[in-house]
Amino acid sequence: MQYLVSVIDDKSNPGSTDRQPAISAFNERLIAEGYWVFAGGLADTDAATVIDNRGEQAVFSDGPFLESKEYLAGVWVWEAPDLDVALKLAAEASKVCDRKIEVRPFQ
Amino acid sequence: MSDVEEAITRAHHEEWARVVAALTRRFGDLDIAEEAAAEAFATAVERWPADGVPPNPGAWLTTTANRKAIDRIRRENKRDDKHKEAQMVYDGVPPEPLGAIDDDRLRLIFTCCHPALAMETRVALTLRMVGGLTVPEIARAFLVRETALERRITRAKAKIKAARIPYRVPSAEDLPTRVSGVLAVLYLVFNEGYLATGPDTDPLRPDLTAEAIRLTRLIRALLPDDGEVAGLLALMLLTEARRTARVSAGGELVTLVEQDRGAWDAALIAEGHRLVRERLAAAAAGVAPGRYQILAAINAVHTSARDTRDTDWSQVLALYDQLVRVDPSPIIALNRAIAVAELDGPQVALAAVDRLQDKLAGYHAYHATRADLLRRLGQSQQSRAAYDKAIELAGNTAETAYLTRRRDQLR
Repeated sequence: MQYLVSVIDDKSNPGSTDRQPAISAFNERLIAEGYWVFAGGLADTDAATVIDNRGEQAVFSDGPFLESKEYLAGVWVWEAPDLDVALKLAAEASKVCDRKIEVRPFQ
Repeated sequence: MSDVEEAITRAHHEEWARVVAALTRRFGDLDIAEEAAAEAFATAVERWPADGVPPNPGAWLTTTANRKAIDRIRRENKRDDKHKEAQMVYDGVPPEPLGAIDDDRLRLIFTCCHPALAMETRVALTLRMVGGLTVPEIARAFLVRETALERRITRAKAKIKAARIPYRVPSAEDLPTRVSGVLAVLYLVFNEGYLATGPDTDPLRPDLTAEAIRLTRLIRALLPDDGEVAGLLALMLLTEARRTARVSAGGELVTLVEQDRGAWDAALIAEGHRLVRERLAAAAAGVAPGRYQILAAINAVHTSARDTRDTDWSQVLALYDQLVRVDPSPIIALNRAIAVAELDGPQVALAAVDRLQDKLAGYHAYHATRADLLRRLGQSQQSRAAYDKAIELAGNTAETAYLTRRRDQLR
């Protein structure tokens, strides 16, 4: 079962910026234990562009699809046997990243 | 009630959770298990009056439910491989925690009370899947619309499937937190029965308190060595024992101090006291008691006093001090202040209560406690204002009636 694991940051109360070494170590463990599928940190939401080509021509708009205090700062994809395993890892991930984590299953 | 009806009711109480749990394990799907169990009981209602009650009702119900489930799977034309894919995660490994009985019902309870589900969802799912209450019954109990409740249960079953919430007893390491999650669900059900909210509701809902006690007894049978399970059961029994004395014939709340202690249920009190003594022995052996055990012990002190004047308030206060260390919530601090009033007088207690204002200004019991302390201090005007606020916030009809009388008696 694969889960999308989103790291959520808060613009008004951001997590600490010195977490990279801890995250790297955590990633090593995810790989060693067979949970790791993919991981990546995201650039600021200001760098996002939304494209809507449902009409006659593509419309580009500057910025994220949703302006909000909380935003997606990075993602993982994990392979885990069930939600209990994923939640346990996510609890660790939240500590490691010093940010909130959302766990959502793939279909 | 005829003998057959009685047999069906008994089978429903004793076998519902077992049938749902066994089918969930076999078919890996709560939805199929619930529907097939409901159909099997409907068939029993139809057939037993004519055919007679089968010698082993549980086995009959399980067999019938199994057949109904297979019928449904065939009807939906699910291919075998596709069906396997949809199965819930189940491991045949018996639960590791010491003293846990390997019983599918335990798996069912932990799945229904999973922390990834919202509290209201856990309550609804537990009452439906484990308690066997119908959707209309649960909707009535919690004053929500049937359609809304049905949606909530459907969404929960879909999430359990989509997110793979496992059908498993948690590992020994996770067990204490997960058990406390289950107990929170049962305590919520009990409290809603004990102090029902809503202007059109009966102030007491014995159906809900009875159901909460029944389910807690079940968990106690499955986890006999868990101290908090024993503690919660004792707390419920000692509270339930006072039920009939708690509301007057006129529908008014009767406080602990004013209750007719002769009307308390002696059998429930004896059972509650036995459990508390069992936990005290464990505590003496070095097992630190959790909040339910301490709350049960406080209730044991109250129910040991034949007369209010015999209440050992210093013991009550010592237990509250212990409780504050386990659970430093403002509500516990408020209840502690009531014991302080008995020992050190209303003035000292009022100072302690006033310190809780920021956290409890929206809680009716905070204002009711202040009102009572101010009344005892002869500060009628302030007491009246506090009663007004408490009446405005109270949700229970018997409590509102009591507070109104106390306010109107002020001079």
